[in-house]
Amino acid sequence: MSSARYLEISKMGKTFPTDTGGFEALRDVQLTIQQGEFISLIGHSGCGKSTVLNIVAGLEQASVGGVILEGKHINEPGPDRAVVFQHHALMPWLTVYENVELAVAQVFRGSKSAAEMREWILHNLNLVGMGHAADKAPHEISGGMKQRVGIARCLAMEPKVVLMDEPFGALDALTRAKLQDSVMAIQAELKNTIIMITHDVDEAVLLSDRIVMMTTGPAATIGEIVEVKLPRPRDRLALAEDQQYNHCRHQVLEFLYSSDDDNSEELEPSATIESVQTAVDVSTDDTVIKNSSNQAA
Amino acid sequence: MSVTTADSSSAGTASPVASSKSRIGDFVAAKLFFPTFGILLFLAFWQIVAANIVTSLGAFPGPAEVWTQSKNLVVEHQEQRAKAEAFYERQEKRNAARLEKDPDAPVKIRSYTGKPTFFDQIFTSLYTVAFGFVIATAIAVPLGILCGLSESAYQAINLIIQVFKPVSPLAWLPLVTMVVSAMYVSDSPMFEKSFLNSGLTVALCCLWPTLINTTVGVAGVDRDLVNVSRVIKLGSITHVRKVVLPSSVPLIFTGLRLSLATGWMVLIAAEMLAQNPGLGKFIWDEFQNGSSNSLGRIMAAVITIGLLGFALDQLMLRLQRWLSWDKQAVVR
Repeated sequence: MSSARYLEISKMGKTFPTDTGGFEALRDVQLTIQQGEFISLIGHSGCGKSTVLNIVAGLEQASVGGVILEGKHINEPGPDRAVVFQHHALMPWLTVYENVELAVAQVFRGSKSAAEMREWILHNLNLVGMGHAADKAPHEISGGMKQRVGIARCLAMEPKVVLMDEPFGALDALTRAKLQDSVMAIQAELKNTIIMITHDVDEAVLLSDRIVMMTTGPAATIGEIVEVKLPRPRDRLALAEDQQYNHCRHQVLEFLYSSDDDNSEELEPSATIESVQTAVDVSTDDTVIKNSSNQAA
Repeated sequence: MSVTTADSSSAGTASPVASSKSRIGDFVAAKLFFPTFGILLFLAFWQIVAANIVTSLGAFPGPAEVWTQSKNLVVEHQEQRAKAEAFYERQEKRNAARLEKDPDAPVKIRSYTGKPTFFDQIFTSLYTVAFGFVIATAIAVPLGILCGLSESAYQAINLIIQVFKPVSPLAWLPLVTMVVSAMYVSDSPMFEKSFLNSGLTVALCCLWPTLINTTVGVAGVDRDLVNVSRVIKLGSITHVRKVVLPSSVPLIFTGLRLSLATGWMVLIAAEMLAQNPGLGKFIWDEFQNGSSNSLGRIMAAVITIGLLGFALDQLMLRLQRWLSWDKQAVVR
């Protein structure tokens, strides 16, 4: 953790123009992120999480305040803040390899030779376990695999900050758990700085160093920040019984459910996730579930 | 023999053989029986109605009469070709004889100036429409991409498109004719003026469907994919090549097919009105000619125009299938 003020979101606000004068989505968002930190943004639908992420990505502009990365103000998108999109966003007309290549060829133009680029692309595909599918088209692989390729494309840009917009939201629980484990392993190895949007309380606690909880809009802002001081590497099975883990979970749930009762149904009920987690850990890499405790329940 | 078949739709009840038979049966019914039935019904209807319409040029031609006239058109074409060949043979002999007497004798080679046959006119029409269509595409696709990418370019051009789009080709024709006469002055012209007139009129009318559909296609590229391109910071040419074009191929081709169909209709009208060589002129000449065979020959031309239009559309479909990345897409 070399720099304590690696990424700084400073007094940021966003107002969208509307016919009736403007809708203030965000107000006074203030957050400092250390290098190598894993941050989750959690909050109800429409609270402006995605807007925060898009502004950090440079895809949208803040109306007031702004984002500073390594002392530099951000006002446009760039590969140093690569995004993993919720719906993978792979070009369907390119193969898995070509999708990663599109990014690598642009980012490392002039700094890597053709052979080095090839090696780098395959290295990143192997990192997410997709080396075997390099020549497949996106429609030939499953949703989880597509998201893995999306992550490989993102990592291949060697971003300073990885931005993930509900990266596992569109996946089934089993696939999601596996991808979470992959992301944890990769982050342990590469020490990426990550900001992730999520709706899933367990996911947030399991993966994050800090969980940033946002109030419900309009004029949404950061409500509370929960620090997750669990040691890494984290094991989801062991954590299910862990007091600190459950305490963190409880803090997040309390914040979310007390802030607004109307929108709470979109948050994942945690019980089903837990039981699935047990199953996932017992099964190894294949999806066969040998011991599913949820069936006994 | 196994009881399980690949065909899950005919679940269980039918044996494999029967199910494959019924599939062939379905295919025959869909692709052969019903179309044939429809055509026969149409021919019968045509025959009955035609027999009851009497014009100053005799009865309206029925299918049989049109068939006879079509065969005559082929025969006439063959006769003209034979005449042309004979002409060139005579000329060659004459020149050879002359050279034998005196090696320095001036040799004159003239081209045959017979009346263009029905098939010559078809050929003329086809390459005229191709010329106009290619010009229109070369303008409309890049312009459409620009309008789809840039809101300001779209706003700048939109009104102009909306105003010129509904203009009839025949309104353009006199203007095009006068402009070509004035501007296209050359001692050894590469193209006939009439060819340019028809071709440019076709181009003016072909522009709009391609332009509009390309614009819509390019503007409708998935937001996520555009954002990926922005994050990667792709250059604009790479962005167009790798993201925009593959994504908008279906709509670009919809535009191209509409354009080609429009161009083909416009061309026949322009040829009739301006007496430019082609199928339109053939029809007009037959109409002026007023023989008892004329209506049959015109009807043969009408069917030919229809068949060629259909063939052109099929050609574009093949091209789209070949160029499109999505081989699974149902293109019709």
